[in-house]
Formats: sequence, C-alpha cells, structure tokens
Amino acid sequence: MTTFDALFGTMVGSRGAYVVYALLVGIGLFVLVDDDNLVKKIVGLNVFQTAVFLFFITAAYRADGRAPLLSATGPFVNPLPHVLILTAIVVGVSITAVALALVVRLYDEHGTFSETAIREARP
Amino acid sequence: MSHLLPLLIAVPIIGALVPAVLGARRPVISRRLTVGILVGQVGLAVAVLVAVAATGPRTYVVGGLPAAVGIGLRADAVSTVFVLLVAVTAAALYVTVRTDTTGPTDSLWLLFVAGLTGIAVTADVFNLYVFLEISGLAAYALVAGRHGTRAALAAFHYLLVGTIGATLYLLGVGYLYVATGTLGMAGLRADLAAVGYDSPLVVTAFVLVTVGLGVKLALFPLQAWKPDAYAVATPDVSALLATLGSTVPGYALVRLVFDVFTASFLDAVPLVRTGLVVVGVASVAAGGYFALRQSDVRRLLAYSSVLQMGLVVIGIAIATPAAVTAALVLLVGNAVAKGGLYAATGVFARRFGATTVDGYAGLGRDAPLTAGAVSVAFISLVGLPPTVGFAGKWYLVVAAVDSRAWVVVAVVLLSTLVSLAYAGRVVERLYLAAAPGGTEPVATDGGGLADGPARERTVVFVVVAALATVLVGLGSTELAAWFAPVVEGWL
Repeated sequence: MTTFDALFGTMVGSRGAYVVYALLVGIGLFVLVDDDNLVKKIVGLNVFQTAVFLFFITAAYRADGRAPLLSATGPFVNPLPHVLILTAIVVGVSITAVALALVVRLYDEHGTFSETAIREARP
Repeated sequence: MSHLLPLLIAVPIIGALVPAVLGARRPVISRRLTVGILVGQVGLAVAVLVAVAATGPRTYVVGGLPAAVGIGLRADAVSTVFVLLVAVTAAALYVTVRTDTTGPTDSLWLLFVAGLTGIAVTADVFNLYVFLEISGLAAYALVAGRHGTRAALAAFHYLLVGTIGATLYLLGVGYLYVATGTLGMAGLRADLAAVGYDSPLVVTAFVLVTVGLGVKLALFPLQAWKPDAYAVATPDVSALLATLGSTVPGYALVRLVFDVFTASFLDAVPLVRTGLVVVGVASVAAGGYFALRQSDVRRLLAYSSVLQMGLVVIGIAIATPAAVTAALVLLVGNAVAKGGLYAATGVFARRFGATTVDGYAGLGRDAPLTAGAVSVAFISLVGLPPTVGFAGKWYLVVAAVDSRAWVVVAVVLLSTLVSLAYAGRVVERLYLAAAPGGTEPVATDGGGLADGPARERTVVFVVVAALATVLVGLGSTELAAWFAPVVEGWL
C-alpha cells in the first residue's frame, strides 16, 4: 500500500472527503455568483461540478478496494459511480466548451471579460 | 414493436449529423433531409402512441442487459403525449416559422428534440440527467444563435443557471443511489419505500432533484434566466423553447414525484408538500406581478410561463388524481398557447417592428388573423372556456376543493384575475387603441423572419396553435381519460 493510498484511505475513512465535497460546492458556487470575470465564473462552475463528481467517487470507495477487473481478486470499489461520472465529465467538458465559446464572442466584441463592463456597453 | 422506443431517440440524435455535415455544402438537400427526419420523428411518435393505445405501456432495455443495471426506456399513456408534443412542435415550427437555417443550428434543433424525447421516455434517473443536459446544451447554443452581445450574454447566463440546476439534479441522483444502490425508476420506487421516506438521504435527494428541475421550469426564485433568454432569441427558437423547454422538465418532475418518490412520500414528509405549495404559490404571485409590469411582450409571456408552472407545481403538491391530471393538462395547454404566441411576436416584430405592449396598438386592424389567434391563445392562458387552459384550471380547482385546500382555491382564482389583467393589456392594445400614426410595414433586423410566404406560413402556425388550444380544450375530457390509467396507477 503506497503512502497515497494510506492517505486517501484515512481521508475517506474519517469522511474527510465529504467535507471537501461540501467545501468545493460552496467555493464553486460563491465564485460563480460573486466574480465579475466571466472566465472565473466558468472556473467556479467547474469547481462546483467537480465537487459533485467527488461526492459520487467517494461514495463508491471502500477500504482496501481495488479496481474491479476480472483478473483481480476483491474487495472492489463500486464501478458504477465511476462510469456515471465518466459520462458526467464528458457533459461537463461540453458545457465548458460552449461557455468558453460564448465568452470568446463577448471578448471579441468588447475586449473585456468583465460582466459589468459588458452590461454597461450594451446599447 | 418495442424497438420503436430506442429509435425515438436514435433518429434525431443520429439525424443531427446530417445538417452538420451537409449544411455548408448542400444547404437545400440538408434542409429537406432535416424536414424528413422531423416528420419521421412525428411518424415514430404516432406509432408508439398507437402501440401504447392498443396494448398498454411498454418497456425496453437497451442492449438486453438486466433491468437493474441496464438503460431502460418506457412508454406509457403520459409519456407518449409529451413525445408527440415534442415531435409535432419541432416539425411544425421548423416547416413554418423557421427560415434562417444553417447546418449547425439545424443540428442543434434535432439535438434538442433528441434530448427532450429522451427525458420523456427514459426509465432511469441518471439518463434523465444526460438527456436534460443534451437538451440544455442545444437550447443554450440556439439562444446564442443570433449575432450580437445581448444574445451571447443571455445565453451565457442561461447556461450557468441551467448547468447549476442540472448539476443539483445530478447530486440528487447521487443521494438516491447512495440510499438505494439503484438508478432505475421502478427499482427506486420499491427501494425508497424500504429505506424509509423520512430518511435524511431521501428527503435531501427529493429537495435537490426538485430544485434542479425547478431551474428548468423557471420556478420562483429561479426564473430570471427565462425572460432574458426568450426575449433575445429569434422567434423560431423562442417559440420552440417556450413550447417545450419547461414543459418536458415539468413532465419529468411529475414523473419523478409520483413514479419514483410516490404520493406516500409526500404523505410521510408533510414539510416537503408544504414546500411545494409555497414554491407554487410564490411562482404564481411572482409570475403574475412581473407579467403585469413588463412592456416587452416576449418578457411578459415568459413571466406568464412562470405563473403557469407555479400552477403545475401546486397540482403536484395536492397529489390527487384530479390535481395530477390538472398539472399535465396545464403543461400541454401552456405549451400550445405559448408556441403560438411567441411565433406571433415574430410576425408583429417583423411586419410592424412592434415588440412592446404599446407598440401593438391598433395592430388588430392591420393583422386581423394573427391578432385574433393571439387573443384566443391569451384566453387559454387566462383559463376561460372552451380552451385547454380552462380545463386545466377547472381540474385544479376541483382537486383543491376536494382536498379542502382553500388557500389554493383562492390562489388559482386570483391567478385567473391577474392573467386576465396582463392578457387584457395586450388584447386591449391590439383592438381598442388607436394606431400611433403610420402602420407602414417596418423592416427590422430583429425578426429573423423572411418576408412573403415564410411570414404567411408563420401566421398559419399561430392560427393552428390557437385552434389547438380550443380543440384540446373541447377534447380535455378525452385527454384526462387517456392520462387516467397511468395517473391512477401512481396514486
């Protein structure tokens, strides 16, 4: 067992990962709502989404669990949440791509990422 | 026959490749093929509806996997109506209102259809998330389709809020999975009862799922994205979104509350039911208040949708067969009326440059057919007989009286008065106000509608939508009877 495994095991064992999930949800939503910079809003959205991914992955963890391969012997971590989150990551990447494309268009027109400045410049 | 179910999603999602590939090089062929795909989708929807009418609900597990881990699809009397509504609206709007077509935006149009159809037929709560995001992404990009900063900024906000909603829904799905270890709706229904409805995990999951879908329904206080997005989009896009964008998530909310959590959950956790009533009443109040204060007709209509969705949530909270039927009928009725009204705003904007309530002064004389259809659609939103809006409100009031929910009765009746006030403002302008000087046709860049035949086709859509509110209203007893086996099975 590597140091990382031990560390991760302790973190999950003491349910620390759920605390991290809750913190990341708060941080992500705060940045999304509070920041005037459109790119940082997208970063906040990504942090928020990643927090939800962390919740799923943590729920799938079990102490001393291995990757669920046919050749390996148990105990295994639960593979289903991992598969769900792979899908959710793809969705998240698509959302980020569309959001960034919109920000590029706003930047081309206004030369700024500031939402306030863009709103004030609006005809 | 059950192989039709995966085709309902596969046809538009694979078909979305056609305009993306052909759109730039062969625009005419691309457009014809897109029409073919959309009409084919209507055919599939009708075939599934007929099959369900003949032999009852059917399920399909993609890939033949066991239902517990497989990707289930299910068609019953309720979901087929929404599948058909999606297919018919998308095809009709594409043929009549839509003129400014490009390959990429036609792809988005088809992806939007695929996502919403998926929401309607899926039997798996995680796949519902994926379809929610497919339809959402297509909607954000469609709103941004018009050039200019306002559209891009409105689409950006729509994207942020919509993604927060979908991600909260996903989190709710996570809580459900942690509580039960399954994601199929049928499995969840049984397992949630076993876990216990008052388990904090289950209650939290319900709140997260409801808030997530509440964003898509634009329930108060999560409604701000809607008027912004609908007011900047081109008429075809805002008509499509106003017809389907909140309607199908509304169906999903009904499905999840009664097919997954069940009415026993609402009975076991009275606070949740109270919360739903409060959100519904607040949406009715806020939607009505803001609708009265708008000068832009498209924003007025968006707030009217907030009010209507509030009524739907009230119907869900009362949770009797009549109330759930009311919620479903109101969803259909609002969809049909809003589709016609948003298409009509496009006609008025293009022909007269009129986008505000005051700008509509005297247009009843210049565009009698469109103005007449607009009036009928507004009558349905207000809820006067013989329209579908009346049928929905009637079922809701009957259900509220039966459950002795007098506050709800008062709210529904007041909502009718408020609706009469904002609808009356527009209709009064159309017919009774003198035109402010010249009513020469004004060309604006705001319409997105071509002149001539295309505009006449749009008028046809508006008139058909208005007639549909009356026809569905006259046939509302049949519609309720069609929903009845499923609704009574839930309760």
